[in-house]
Amino acid sequence: MPKIIKGNQIVDDSWIIIEKDFDGELPMGKLLLPLQYWLENRENLQLMCTGLWIDSDEEVEAIGFEANLFPLIAVNFPAFADGRGFSTARLLKERYGFTGQVRAIGNVIQDQLFYLKRCGFDSFDLKEGTNLEDAVASLSDFSVTYQTSVDQPEPLFRRS
Amino acid sequence: MYVYNENDQKIIEERVAQFRGQTDRYLAGQLAEDEFLPLRLQNGLYIQRLAPMLRIAVPYGLLNSKQFRKLAHIARTYDKGYCHITTRQNIQFNWPQLEEVPDILSELAEVQMHSVQTSGNCIRNTTSDQFAGIARDELEDPRPWCEIIRQWSTFHPEFAFLPRKFKIAVCGTEGDRAAIQVHDIGLQLVKNDAGEVGFKVLVGGGLGRTPVIGSVIREFLPKEDLLTYLDAILRVYNRHGNRSNKYKARIKILVRAWTPEVFAEEVESEWEYIKDSPAKLTDQEIERVKGFFTAPDYQSIDDSAVEAELEALSENNIAFGKWLQRNITPHRVPGYAAVTLSLKPTGVAPGDITDDQLEAVADLSDQYSFGEIRATHNQNLVLADVKKSDLFELWKKAKAGGFATPNIGTLTDMICCPGGDFCSLANAKSIPVAEALQRKFDDMDYVYDLGDLSLNISGCMNACGHHHVGNIGVLGVDKKGEEFYQVQLGGSSDTDASLGNVLGPSFGREDMPTVIEKILNIYIENRSGDELFIDTYRRIGLTPFKESVYAKDH
Repeated sequence: MPKIIKGNQIVDDSWIIIEKDFDGELPMGKLLLPLQYWLENRENLQLMCTGLWIDSDEEVEAIGFEANLFPLIAVNFPAFADGRGFSTARLLKERYGFTGQVRAIGNVIQDQLFYLKRCGFDSFDLKEGTNLEDAVASLSDFSVTYQTSVDQPEPLFRRS
Repeated sequence: MYVYNENDQKIIEERVAQFRGQTDRYLAGQLAEDEFLPLRLQNGLYIQRLAPMLRIAVPYGLLNSKQFRKLAHIARTYDKGYCHITTRQNIQFNWPQLEEVPDILSELAEVQMHSVQTSGNCIRNTTSDQFAGIARDELEDPRPWCEIIRQWSTFHPEFAFLPRKFKIAVCGTEGDRAAIQVHDIGLQLVKNDAGEVGFKVLVGGGLGRTPVIGSVIREFLPKEDLLTYLDAILRVYNRHGNRSNKYKARIKILVRAWTPEVFAEEVESEWEYIKDSPAKLTDQEIERVKGFFTAPDYQSIDDSAVEAELEALSENNIAFGKWLQRNITPHRVPGYAAVTLSLKPTGVAPGDITDDQLEAVADLSDQYSFGEIRATHNQNLVLADVKKSDLFELWKKAKAGGFATPNIGTLTDMICCPGGDFCSLANAKSIPVAEALQRKFDDMDYVYDLGDLSLNISGCMNACGHHHVGNIGVLGVDKKGEEFYQVQLGGSSDTDASLGNVLGPSFGREDMPTVIEKILNIYIENRSGDELFIDTYRRIGLTPFKESVYAKDH
């Protein structure tokens, strides 16, 4: 079973990512549906065991407060330097009050994990070949931060 | 100046450790080239033509003597004995070894310095007026605000992978000495009708291949809203900026495509959600940071008496008099002056400074200016708080050190990027052009007669040499593998900022001194009275210059 990082742990994962151009009968299992697929087929879908994934060029406003219908929403990084997903996650958590799991998928690299965690991501499906132990360690690259963030809503100047 | 507390220090040290790990992984082949690239860039490390180049952050240009001595040590130990002041008030080393960069960063952390976000597609070092805090025309000192922005932008989790680089400048005066109109965000401290101080906010200015003057999107932003408003601008840009073409990825392209009005509406509606979030600044924090930028221990001095002394000295010593005229800036405190140390003597690449000079400047600053030094975007250094009665002594020492060239603001005080001698982006060399021009125009009386005149040279359209806003701008271009130079006239980065217009077809390097001479002759023939080059240009336009430069020889 594929391994991912969830919290600070390396765990097995069984979510299945459904591609954007998917057509036909959905497989059985825990499915991550493309946002557009859900928008078009929502009337016919049973939401049990369904999560969503949002691509970097898709607007989180399309799902908005309905985010909490899902236990998990994944945000795709087609390239690791495409930083739109950082805003997507913050909006999900801070603006739309999403309480489920936010997962980074796609070309995410170890050195981004600290930022991703601060923006509200709590699970990470890293590209194949990544040393997951090293990656977990990167989640604690810094012990102090200046800004407000999902994991630390008070900026440094309001803390002490 | 700002002094790190435990938290600031810890963040910088943890960064050194993080980068050491990244470098080790890269050298061990565990981190791919394309993945290491943005990581090293966000640490100021470029791989250049001959060696890596490391850009050190100098927040808003402010340094102390201890830091200068450390830079001298680094130049001597890890480099070839010199470094370079950039047009964004930073410092570059041209010859470090990749393996040694973590050690350099570790040394820098000992003196509260770093290279965080000096490159890459992230929020860069915030720049400001080199005369901040001492200028007579200042509404409020911009440096506390720069420091607040520095902390907010350092490792901002949401904005580390922007579509393109992002530069912010702050000024506290009506007259713009920080070139805020050609930054991604320009902030000007202003007062509203109620007498409260806040910011005028400009966005979408920038140089590079599509130069644009920024647009005002908010006339008055209350000061406590600064960070939330910046968050709103950055979020709109992060989400909507062009990511498919790096030449269209700067915020200026988005602002222009949407129009400034629409962009402003988007920012305002984003801001509505977050303006009252915990990110809103507190009075306590503003006061805390301002507390680091209080006035030093000035003495009470009879200004007219020292002025009389200076006058007498300069009558007996013409060279000193010239230096007083060009390299001294008035100070808001009577009896004090700001001194600009010129890093533009003939024969040295503009902005370069050796290890010995760094130490000499450190000594001068300790002796005469409360141990503080400022780097300017014109690639010079400023000692901001010098007693006028010390000026003669200081001048003699500065002269011995090689940085008393009395050319500030003149033709030979050129802004010049490292160009093709060092930079792998460059299309052409820029340092040899600067040197040829300095040698051609070595008659200081002629240069003084020309008055205030900016000549800016960039080796490629990335415009590190700010050629678009030079009164005379020179741009290196590549034509089928050969280096040519395009000339632009009429640029300015002052309050009435303007972008230069291209004169015509480009020239070979050897023709450049003659071309510039012809341009200057047209100015001299046409100026009325004390009219400056830029004003003559604006009055008579491009045509007379063009006709002279491109006239067929008889």
